[in-house]
Amino acid sequence: MIVHSIFFYIFSLIAIIAAIMVTVSKNTVHSVFFLILDFISISCLFIMIGAEFLGMIMLIVYVGAVAVLFLFVVMMLNVAQQKNELFVKAKDSNHIPIGLIVSIIIFFELIIVIGGWKHKPQIVESFSTVGINLTNSNTHSIGQVLYTDYIHLFQLSGMILLVAMIGAIVLTFRKRSGVKKQSYFKQISREKYEGVELVEVESNKGVKIDV
Amino acid sequence: MFEIGLGHYLTLGAIIFTVGVVGIFLNRKNIIVILMCIELILLAVNVNLVSFSIFINDLTGQIFALFILTVAAAEAAIGLAIIVVYYRNSGTIRVEEINKLKG
Repeated sequence: MIVHSIFFYIFSLIAIIAAIMVTVSKNTVHSVFFLILDFISISCLFIMIGAEFLGMIMLIVYVGAVAVLFLFVVMMLNVAQQKNELFVKAKDSNHIPIGLIVSIIIFFELIIVIGGWKHKPQIVESFSTVGINLTNSNTHSIGQVLYTDYIHLFQLSGMILLVAMIGAIVLTFRKRSGVKKQSYFKQISREKYEGVELVEVESNKGVKIDV
Repeated sequence: MFEIGLGHYLTLGAIIFTVGVVGIFLNRKNIIVILMCIELILLAVNVNLVSFSIFINDLTGQIFALFILTVAAAEAAIGLAIIVVYYRNSGTIRVEEINKLKG
C-alpha cells in the first residue's frame, strides 16, 4: 500500500509539473514535449489503478498520434522564429488578472465539491449496471460491454473519426497553379476521336500539324 | 495520507483542469498552445471518469473515457487543420494578431 501511494504521488507530481510547464514554457516545441510527458504519466496512473486497456490506448492515441501531429504542425508552421515573450505588456492586457481569479475560483469550487461529496453506500450497488468482473481481464470485459451494449455509440465514434479525417483533408487541400499533375480521371476518360485524327495526305504536300 | 482513495484522483483531475483553464487565459503566444490546453482539460475529465469507474466498480466510465479519447483526437485533427489554413492565409497565429472578426 505504501509503495502504491508513493508511486501515485510521484506520477501525479510529474503530471502536474508537466501540465504547468505546457502552459508556461516559452518554446512551443518544449510545450509539446511536456504534453507527451503528461500523457505518459497519466497513463501510468491509469495502468496502476486497474484500467490497463485505457492506459495503453492513451499511450497509442495521444502520444503516438495526437502529440506527434502537434509536433508536425509546430515544426511546419515555424512558430519558433516568432518573438514569443511569456506575457504581453501590462498596458494592453487587462484580462489576465480576471482570468487568474476565475481559474482560482474554479479550482476552489472543484475542491469544495470533492471534499464535500458524500454518497450513500447503497448507491454504489444501484450504479453497477456493468460491474467490473475481476476474473476477466480489463480488456476482455471492456470488449464484452463495448461491442454489445454500446455498439451504436462505437460505430458513431468511428463516423466522427471519418468525418474529422475528411474535414482535415478538405480544409488543407489546395490546388496550386503551375504545377503539372497526373489526373487519372482525365487519362481514363480520354476517347479515341479526341486523340487520333486520320488525315488524307496528298502527295508532295505533306501535312500541316496544328499545335 | 497513505491510503490512496477517490479523493486523491479527483484532486489530481481538478488541478490539471485548472492548469488547463489558466493556460487558456494566460496564453499570449499562439493558438497551438491553446489547443494543447484543451487537450489537458479533456485529460482531466478522463482522469475523473476512470477513477469513478474504478472506485464505483462500474465499467461504463471507462467506455465513456474511450469515447472522449476519440472525440479529442478528432478535435485535435480538425483544429490543427484550421490553424494550418489560417497560417497559410494570414502568416501568423499569434493570439493578439488574430482579430479579423473584429470588423
